[in-house]
Amino acid sequence: MTARRKVLTQAQVGTAIKKLAEKIYEQMKKPGNEWALVGIQRRGVPLAERLEKSLEELGASPLSVGTLDITFYRDDMGEAPLNPVVQDTNVPFDVNGKTILLVDDVLYTGRTIRCALDELMDFGRPNQVLLAVLVDRGLRELPIHADFAGESVSTNEQERVEVHLEEVDGEDAVWLNQSEKSEGRSAK
Amino acid sequence: MKDLIGLEHLSGAQIEHILETARPMKSLFTRSIKKVPVLRGKTVALVFFEASTRTRSSFELAAKRLSADTLNLAMSTSSVTKGESLLDTMKTFEAMKVDFMVLRHSSSGATELVGRDTKAHVINAGDGSHEHPTQGLLDIFTILEKKKRVDGLNVVIVGDILHSRVARSNFWGLAKLGAHITVCGPATLIPKGIEDVFGRKVRVCYKMEEALKDADVINVLRLQRERQEGDFFPSLREYTELYGLNSERLRLAKPDCLVLHPGPMNRGIEISSEVADGPRSMILEQVTNGIAIRMAVLYLFSGPNGFPANISAAKKGKKSLLEIGN
Repeated sequence: MTARRKVLTQAQVGTAIKKLAEKIYEQMKKPGNEWALVGIQRRGVPLAERLEKSLEELGASPLSVGTLDITFYRDDMGEAPLNPVVQDTNVPFDVNGKTILLVDDVLYTGRTIRCALDELMDFGRPNQVLLAVLVDRGLRELPIHADFAGESVSTNEQERVEVHLEEVDGEDAVWLNQSEKSEGRSAK
Repeated sequence: MKDLIGLEHLSGAQIEHILETARPMKSLFTRSIKKVPVLRGKTVALVFFEASTRTRSSFELAAKRLSADTLNLAMSTSSVTKGESLLDTMKTFEAMKVDFMVLRHSSSGATELVGRDTKAHVINAGDGSHEHPTQGLLDIFTILEKKKRVDGLNVVIVGDILHSRVARSNFWGLAKLGAHITVCGPATLIPKGIEDVFGRKVRVCYKMEEALKDADVINVLRLQRERQEGDFFPSLREYTELYGLNSERLRLAKPDCLVLHPGPMNRGIEISSEVADGPRSMILEQVTNGIAIRMAVLYLFSGPNGFPANISAAKKGKKSLLEIGN
C-alpha cells in the first residue's frame, strides 16, 4: 500500500507558477543578457512554456523556448534500467552569450540538472545558466541549487514527489507518495 | 534480447521503437558537438570477415558519437576457416572484454552462432545472404521520414533477391509494419516460394513496367557482380535493358516515389546516373540515416538485459512515431 497526499491543488499549482514567473521577471528586468528558456523533458517542457506565457503577461518580450532530454548524459548508465523512451532535444537558438533559464518540475538529488548542464554546454557557451523548479524537495547529492523555486517541500528519501501537469497528466497537482520500500535514487 | 540477428526476430513494436530512437540520434548531427557520453567506457569491436567500407565506417561513427571505444578488425576470409576458428576468434575478443561485436561474415547464420556462445552483444552487420538488419532499418527509417508512414505503401524491391540480405531484412521489416511489397528481377534471381514466406504475401513481378505501377518507393539492389558466377542472366547489358532503373521507367511510378539504393552503386547498370543524382534519390540521405539507426541500435541493446522485449509497457501513453506520422 502506498499512502498518497496532495501537496498542491490545481489552483495552488497555478499560483505557484505565477509567483515563480514574478520572481524571474524581477531579475529579467535588470539590464543584461538576452534570456531564453530550456525545459527538461518531460514536465519541465510544458512548465517552461507556461512560464514563458506568464513572463509575457508580466511585460517581457517573447522568449525562445528549447527542450532537453538528458537521457544520453546520465551518470548511472549500465546500473539503472535503460530509459527506453528518448524524448526530443531541441534548442532552436544560439545559446552563446545568453542567460539560459533551465526549467524542471522537481529538484531532488541535482543529478538531472548536472546532466542538463553538460548537455547544454555541448550547444555552446551561455553567459549564465539559472535554474527554476516548481518544487524543491531537498536531499541534494550535488552542489546544485535552484535560483527560483515555486514551492519548497520537506521530504525524506522514501517519498516520491509527483508533479502532474495538464499537458502530460490531464490534471494540475503535486502529489507526495509514501512508498513502502525505498526506491533507488536515480538521475530523477 | 541480447543480440540483433535479424528483423525476423523483432516484433513490429520493437522495430518501430528503434526507428523512434533514431530520430533524437539524428538530431544530434546538427549540433556543433555531435557526440554524447551515453556509451562512455563501452567497447565496440567491428569484426568484418568481408570487405566493407560504408557499413563499417557507419558503425564506427555511430559508436564514436555515443562515446564508445572502437576496435577495428578486418579479417581476410582466406586466413580464416569457418566454424571453429570463427568461434575461437570471437572468444578472444570476449576475453578482451568487449561489450559489442559488430559482425559481418559471408556465412548465413554466423552472427547467431557467435551470439549463442558469447556474453557480448552481437550485432549483425550482414551474414551471407541471410540478413542485414541495420540496412533494413535505415531503409525503413528513410521511407518513414519522407512518407510519414509505412503501412499501406507500395514498396518495390528490384534486383538480385536471391543473394540479397538487404532484401530479406527489408521484407521482414516492411511486412511487419504493413507495407505492400513487390519484388522484381530475373526469375533466376528470385527465390522460389518467396510469396508465402513473409507474413503478408509478397507480389512477384518479372517485368519492371508492371512492378513500378503505383510504386511509392523503389529500392534498387546492388547487382553483386562477385556473386554472379552461376550464369543467372545472359549479360549485364541485358540486365540493364530489362531491370535497370532509368528516368523513363521512374515515370511509371507515383510522382512522389522515392528511390533507395544500399550502395555502392553500379552506375549505368542497375541505376542510371540521372536517377541516382535526381531529386527522388534518397541515397545520400540513407547514408546519414544509417549512422542514426546504428546509434539507436547500440544504445538500445546496451542495457544490462539488452533490448527490452516489452517496450509498450515502458512507453505508457506516449504516442508512437507511426501514429503521429512524424
